Amino acid sequence: MDLKGKKVRLHDMSLRDGMHAKRHQISLNQMVEVASAMDEAGMPLIEVTHGDGLGGASVNYGFPAHTDEEYLSAVVPKMKQAKVSALLLPGIGTVDHLKMAADCGVSTIRVATHCTEADVSQQHIGMASKMGMDTVGFLMMAHMASPEKILEQAQLMVSYGANCIYATDSAGYMLPDEVSSKIGLLRAELPANIEIGFHGHHNLGMGIANSLAAIDAGAARIDGSVAGLGAGAGNTPLEVFCAVLDRMDVETGVDLYKIMDVAEDLVVPLMDHPIRVDRDALTLGYAGVYSSFLLFAQRAAAKYGVQARDILVELGRRGTVGGQEDMIEDLALTMAKQKGKG
Amino acid sequence: MTQKLKAAIIGPGNIGTDLLMKMKRSDWIEPVWMVGIDPTSEGLKRAEEMGIKTTSEGVDGLAPHVIEDDIRIAFDATSAYVHAENSRKLNELGVIMVDLTPAAIGPFCVPPVNLADHARNLEMNVNMVTCGGQATVPMVAAVSRVQPVSYGEIIATVSSKSVGPGTRQNIDEFTRTTAGAVEKVGGAKQGKAIIIINPAEPPLMMRDTVHCLTEGEPDQAAITESVEQMVAEVQKYVPGYKLVNGPVFDGNRVSMFMEVEGLGDFLPKYAGNLDIMTAAALRTAEMFAEEVDKNVISLPARG
Repeated sequence: MDLKGKKVRLHDMSLRDGMHAKRHQISLNQMVEVASAMDEAGMPLIEVTHGDGLGGASVNYGFPAHTDEEYLSAVVPKMKQAKVSALLLPGIGTVDHLKMAADCGVSTIRVATHCTEADVSQQHIGMASKMGMDTVGFLMMAHMASPEKILEQAQLMVSYGANCIYATDSAGYMLPDEVSSKIGLLRAELPANIEIGFHGHHNLGMGIANSLAAIDAGAARIDGSVAGLGAGAGNTPLEVFCAVLDRMDVETGVDLYKIMDVAEDLVVPLMDHPIRVDRDALTLGYAGVYSSFLLFAQRAAAKYGVQARDILVELGRRGTVGGQEDMIEDLALTMAKQKGKG
Repeated sequence: MTQKLKAAIIGPGNIGTDLLMKMKRSDWIEPVWMVGIDPTSEGLKRAEEMGIKTTSEGVDGLAPHVIEDDIRIAFDATSAYVHAENSRKLNELGVIMVDLTPAAIGPFCVPPVNLADHARNLEMNVNMVTCGGQATVPMVAAVSRVQPVSYGEIIATVSSKSVGPGTRQNIDEFTRTTAGAVEKVGGAKQGKAIIIINPAEPPLMMRDTVHCLTEGEPDQAAITESVEQMVAEVQKYVPGYKLVNGPVFDGNRVSMFMEVEGLGDFLPKYAGNLDIMTAAALRTAEMFAEEVDKNVISLPARG
């Protein structure tokens, strides 16, 4: 693979996707400290919100240590060069949250829908675009639809005003060929001024390989997280990815040693548990299940005396999508009842 | 029983047609008019075939017939944008409006919780909230009538095929309206609503999860009994309303996991989200009719 001379914009997820792994309990000081160090290392874009995006604070997804507004107001003014993004899932967050984020100085809004349901994003993409923000359409669980379907949904988001489209491997299920075909078709068919992005999870250990495949197929933005702090087995570990890109002569603008230090000195010590491809995270990738289900399935398994792996496989079989965390406890209760009978 | 209240349905789409099929079986409400705006609409044709008078000239096409046909109640299954005008024109003629749009001009109506009050007050416009609201607010109310609920949260999961373009274009309206009803009708001090659209094939049945945070330790026995009673109340008009799991208790959290299967009249059974709206709307009209019959309320006088 020859990527020499290509330019890629890296987008850090450790303070948003990483919130899943931290049960949304990162403190304001920790947020500011990590974000400032990434800013210093040259990270161009950093996402900050509840793990489930603006308005995610809930019983269903977990109440965070602080509100989105508090996190954003603490981080944004401290940034010297980095821009801050916020995620929004229609059905969870609303345009009111979007306006709040814009008022806090967020410059990029990423509107996320399941990969076949892009038409719920019209209000939010339209508003962000009208406000002159960098507006990203984020198609989640992209392994669940064909490249043609992903393209059709991407075109809807572009028609609403998105200037960048992501194919998002929320389950960490994709293999490099699938990434190539999906990103490749988006790049071939969307207008040249629309950027393409890829967001990976490392559940099958494919974070780096898939992200390289995405760049090769035309992606200009790649998500990852420093030290891999993210849901499931985490996101593409950015310090590793930076080293790989450095060797492949791809330009990122990120200082490799500095980002290695952020990972080792600041982010790893934050972790409540090692972010790795353990049995349950592997199951997510293998069964194609939304990565943030991991800790919920483990908690429900412990509470109701069933196996997390069994819960996750069944959720995959049922075709659950992002946001259906409530079905985890429901299923565990049902499985426990059946076990009692058996 | 005295004579049925005569009704008009505005909006001959899926909801309007399903409502019509349910109404044909009602002991209290007689469907007379189906109102549309497109003369070539399938829905108007279907209504005609079922022996219902139709107009394709909107509410203005219905208005001249309201008095002569003694239309007393109308169901608006159009959109929030036109509901206000429809309601004004028909209220003027003494017609009670049951609003199935998100317009919410009138008070929210969730039958087992507050319909009796609305009927006794002869509210001329009642709003049916949202599908998620109809499925979950009764559960919030079942907890809050036992002890104060500081926070109520609902998650409605619906099949992609059952969510129309109107809801999709304005999904924020769903979350805002439903959260509002969790507070105003459900009795939670603070409400939150989440909607998830799932494209699985075959389409999944509507699922609804209700979480309440109680003030103080939840009275498990009393809440369980109250929830079971409330489920039975909803089942009177939505037989496929089911408590799959719960109530489960975790500290001060009380959670109920519901499934809503529709009757499969015009809408498929998985579309319990649409069915619970039409069933609740019809139940609302029936309660008004029952109260008229019992002389508890009198309909607006007509010369």
